[in-house]
Amino acid sequence: MPPDAAPPVLEARGLAKRFGALAALDDVSLAIRPGTVTAILGPSGSGKSTLLRCLNFLVVPDAGEVLLDGRPADPRHDHALNAHRARVGMVFQQFNLFPHLRVRENVALAPRVVRHLAPAAAHALAERHLVRVGLADKLDAHPGELSGGQQQRAAIARALAMEPAVLLFDEPTSALDPELTGEVLAVMRQLAAEHTTMVVVTHDVSFARAAADTLVFMDAGKIVEQGPPAELLDAPRTERARRFFQTQGRSGA
Amino acid sequence: MIGPDGALVRENRSPLSRAPWWLLALLLGAAVLGWQLVTDELYVDIFRRLLSGLGVTVLVTLLAAPLSLSLGLLAALGLVSENPLLRQPALLYVQVVRGVPVLVQIFAVTFVLVPLAIDAAQALGLFPQLRPADVPMMARVVLALILAYGAFTAETLRGGLTSLHRGQAEAARALGLSRGQALRHVLLPQTLRRVLPTLGNDLICLLKDSSLVSVLGVRDITQEARLFTSATFRYTETYAMVAFFYLALALLIALLVRGLERRFRRHAA
Repeated sequence: MPPDAAPPVLEARGLAKRFGALAALDDVSLAIRPGTVTAILGPSGSGKSTLLRCLNFLVVPDAGEVLLDGRPADPRHDHALNAHRARVGMVFQQFNLFPHLRVRENVALAPRVVRHLAPAAAHALAERHLVRVGLADKLDAHPGELSGGQQQRAAIARALAMEPAVLLFDEPTSALDPELTGEVLAVMRQLAAEHTTMVVVTHDVSFARAAADTLVFMDAGKIVEQGPPAELLDAPRTERARRFFQTQGRSGA
Repeated sequence: MIGPDGALVRENRSPLSRAPWWLLALLLGAAVLGWQLVTDELYVDIFRRLLSGLGVTVLVTLLAAPLSLSLGLLAALGLVSENPLLRQPALLYVQVVRGVPVLVQIFAVTFVLVPLAIDAAQALGLFPQLRPADVPMMARVVLALILAYGAFTAETLRGGLTSLHRGQAEAARALGLSRGQALRHVLLPQTLRRVLPTLGNDLICLLKDSSLVSVLGVRDITQEARLFTSATFRYTETYAMVAFFYLALALLIALLVRGLERRFRRHAA
């Protein structure tokens, strides 16, 4: 494990977000250290996804700031915003591949357009990352021809091809049939083993236990507890976390 | 109709019911007309006369189509813009132009807007020699058609853009693409595929409305027919032939659009 002393690559400080009367995030701070996997768990509506989406400003927080490499990111200026997002990759629950583009072009688009790579170089890069997620035989397929698990792996390759400093996962297996989650989790475990910095919002307690360095438990827009998964899962300090992980355990995780 | 499984189109229809009977009926009509062409001197005269107007009809359509698409695209981007300085003018344009008959717009552009624009330009010291009469009727009509169809196209494109799943724009922006890049590489290509049938429909309407140029004496197919009938009083033969000219062009457009649609549908969006 990389030492906790390493400065955080991505950091949230005092994030707050309200949707009408609902406080989705209430003074949330979180530091992501390089080479670590952070899993965010909690009941529905606890603010997990909002927190994740604030990290790349798909949701703009009402208060607080997000720091990348120690420097605050400014979501109000398009140029700074795009530069921030280019370094903070995201994988969505619904994959969101571009249906009109072949898998290879899905992955090569952002390197070509945002990083200004030559088409040949962008395609080579795309192929490398698609091979990495086990899709070497699907380069020329369209997303509609892939299974859900394959689509999500292609989406992971698309995010990886930007060679981001941090990769955010928003419930990456929640839209998949149970028999397809394994292949996506296997890719994510492999990335974790290669010390890719990841922040994963998930309901999958067993994945969090096996792959995460830090587990964050959220409830009602706040971080209730965080720490090493074994500690949090086996000996939660708060009653809320204990109750949540008990019901998760019973549902077979 | 809607089948028991809810499908709008049944997939395994018999070859007999799938055969293009409508096309056969049409071809039969064309064959009768063709027979008249080789046997009746009058039809040859009409055909020659209409053929001399065909170029204008095609030219008006081919000029107005891409320009109205461009204008429609600009207006559609205005319609979906968060900036009220872009959205409100786009709304004004679309709502006004959509609510005024194309023929009235042609008169308005030809006899009001173009002279006004020339006066305004000369007040600013531009084109001092230009007289309103120097602007050909055809150019004015094409301008009017561009304005009219730009508004339809804007609504079509806006509908297509807003029908895309939100995740598409999110994924593009999350990769670091700017608004413009997301539009150009992700949202617009999908929108165009989605609204292609409607755009094809608009193009056919534009082709038919190009006949309105005849009210200003521009010698398209329709104007040639009017001139011919006013001299010969052969209405039935002439307008049957006119109808077939437009029909043939409209079918050509429909087939081209179908072909494009089929090409895109192979990679279903």
